[in-house]
Amino acid sequence: MDFFLLLLVNGLVVGSIYALVALGFVLIYKSSDVLNLAQGELVMLGAYICFAFVVQYNIPFFAAFVLTLVFSTILGLSVERVVLRPLIGQPIISVIMVTIGLSSVLRALVQAFWGTDTRPFPTIVSEAPVMLGSIPISQVYIYSLAVSLVLLAIFTAFFRYSKTGIAMRAVADDQQAALSMGISVRRIFAMAWIIAAVVSAIGGIMVGLINGINISLSYMGLKVLPVAILGGLDSIPGAVIGGLAIGVLENLSGGYIDPIVGGGVKEVAPFVFLVFILMIKPYGLFGKEIIERV
Amino acid sequence: MLALNNVEVMYDDVILVLKGLSLQVPEGKIVALLGSNGAGKTTTLKAISGLLKTEEGEVTDGSIEFLGKRIDGRDAATIVRMGIFQVMEGRRVFEHLTVEENLRAGGYTSKGDGNLKNKLELVYNYFPRLIERRNQKAGYLSGGEQQMLAIGRALMAKPKLMLLDEPSLGLSPMLVQEIFGIVRKINQEERATILLVEQNARIALGIADYGYLMENGRVVLEGTPEKLQDNEDVKEFYLGLTDVGKRKSYRDVKHYKRRKRWLS
Repeated sequence: MDFFLLLLVNGLVVGSIYALVALGFVLIYKSSDVLNLAQGELVMLGAYICFAFVVQYNIPFFAAFVLTLVFSTILGLSVERVVLRPLIGQPIISVIMVTIGLSSVLRALVQAFWGTDTRPFPTIVSEAPVMLGSIPISQVYIYSLAVSLVLLAIFTAFFRYSKTGIAMRAVADDQQAALSMGISVRRIFAMAWIIAAVVSAIGGIMVGLINGINISLSYMGLKVLPVAILGGLDSIPGAVIGGLAIGVLENLSGGYIDPIVGGGVKEVAPFVFLVFILMIKPYGLFGKEIIERV
Repeated sequence: MLALNNVEVMYDDVILVLKGLSLQVPEGKIVALLGSNGAGKTTTLKAISGLLKTEEGEVTDGSIEFLGKRIDGRDAATIVRMGIFQVMEGRRVFEHLTVEENLRAGGYTSKGDGNLKNKLELVYNYFPRLIERRNQKAGYLSGGEQQMLAIGRALMAKPKLMLLDEPSLGLSPMLVQEIFGIVRKINQEERATILLVEQNARIALGIADYGYLMENGRVVLEGTPEKLQDNEDVKEFYLGLTDVGKRKSYRDVKHYKRRKRWLS
C-alpha cells in the first residue's frame, strides 16, 4: 500500500509539471492553431538559464528565478517577432516546420554554452523529507506541486474571466472576426508565446531541482505532447487532467510492470493510453468539438 | 462623416475589384449599398474597416476619410478604436465562446471594465432573446440569434459608424423584419451612423436614408430610396417588379430581356 501511495504521489508531482509544460502547448495551439514542436527546448533553455544565474553568477535562487522569467518573456517575444511574424498568412504546416527548426537551434545553443553533461542544481529546498502518513515526500515535490497547481488555477481563471484571455480564445476561434473588433492578432500571438516560454521555464526549473539538468530535458516536449493531446490540444483543464493522469500512469506502470518485464513500460505506457483514449474521444478528453450547424 | 473618393482596390496585385468608387455617409444616417453578387460591396466595407490586408487586398488609389482623417492603409485595430465597427457577413460569432464572452470580445477596445455591465445591459435591452442564452456557446444559437449577437458585439464597442454586411443572410423574412427594426432603433437611439450592405434591396431601401447601387466595382446609381425605388431598372432587376409596378409573374415571361440603362 505504501509503495502504491509513493508511486501515486510521485506521479502527481511529475504530472503537475507535465501539466505546466502542456499548458505551453495548449496556449500556442489555442491562439494560433500551431503545434509548437520547440516546447521541450523552451523547458530546457529555461532550466539552463536559471542554472547559469544561480551557479555561474551566484545570484540567489529567487532573484535568479525572476530573472529567468524575464528572460523567457523576452525569448517568447523575440521568437514571435523574428520567426513567426514573417509567416503570418502562410500555411500552418510551414509554421510547424519552423518550430522544428527553432528546436534544433535552441538545443545547439545550449550545447554550445553548457555542453552535454548532467549538471546538478544546488540544493535550494531542504532535503529532509516530510512524512505524509507513513510515506516520505521530499519537500521539493511539495513545492513544485503547489507552484504548478497555483499557476494552472491562475491561467484557467485568466482565460475564463479576463478580457485578454477572452480575446485570446476569440482569436483562436476566428482570426478575421477578432481582427474586425480591434483585437490585435499579433499581440495575442506574442502573448501566447511569452506565456508558453514562461510556464515552460518554470517547469524546467522544477525538473532541474528534482533531477538535475542535462540536454535530454528537451525530450520533455515529446513526453508532454501525449499529455496535451490526451486532454485535448486546446483545453486548459484537459492539460491539467491529462498531465496528472499521464504522470500517475507512468509511475504506476514503472513501479509494477517494469520489474516483471524488465523495464521500458514506463516510457511506452502514456502513448498506449493515448491511442486508446483517442479511439474513444478523437478530440481528446476535453478538446473543443467542431460545432456544426445543420 | 465617411467619404470614399475614387477608391481603387486591388487583390493580389492583379485583380482590380473597386474601380474608382466614391460614396458619402453623412452622420446619423443609414446609407444602403446595394448590388448583385461580386459587385464589390463587401470589398468596399473591408477597405473601410482595414480588413483587406489579411486577404492580400490593398487600396491602390483614391482616399478614404473618416471624420476628416484619412484611414486607408491603417490597420484594423486602429480603425476600430477610431469608431468604425464592421459586422462581417455570415455572422462570424466565436462559436466556442459563450454569448456573454462574445459580447466582451466585441467590447475589447473600450477601456476599463467599469461600464461593462451597462453595455451588456444595453445589448440585452435590444436583444432580449440573448439574455436566456448568455451562458450558452454561441455555436449552438439559431441563425437569427447569431445575427443578433453579431450586431450586439458591435454595440459593445459603441461605434460611431457601423458597417453591416448582409444582416439578412439566411434568415427567415420575419427575423429579417425584426432585425432591421432593431437596426433602425439603434440608429435613432444610439446615434450610430450605419452603412448597410444588402442584396435584399426592398428591405434595405425601406430603412435607409440614402442609397447607392453598385455594379462591377463602381457606383452606377445613387439617390434617396424613393428615387431608387422609382427607377425602372431598379424595379426590374432588384425589386422584381414589372413596368406596371406589379409583382413579376413567371406565367407571362417576357420574350425580350430588358437592358439596364445606366452606363457601366
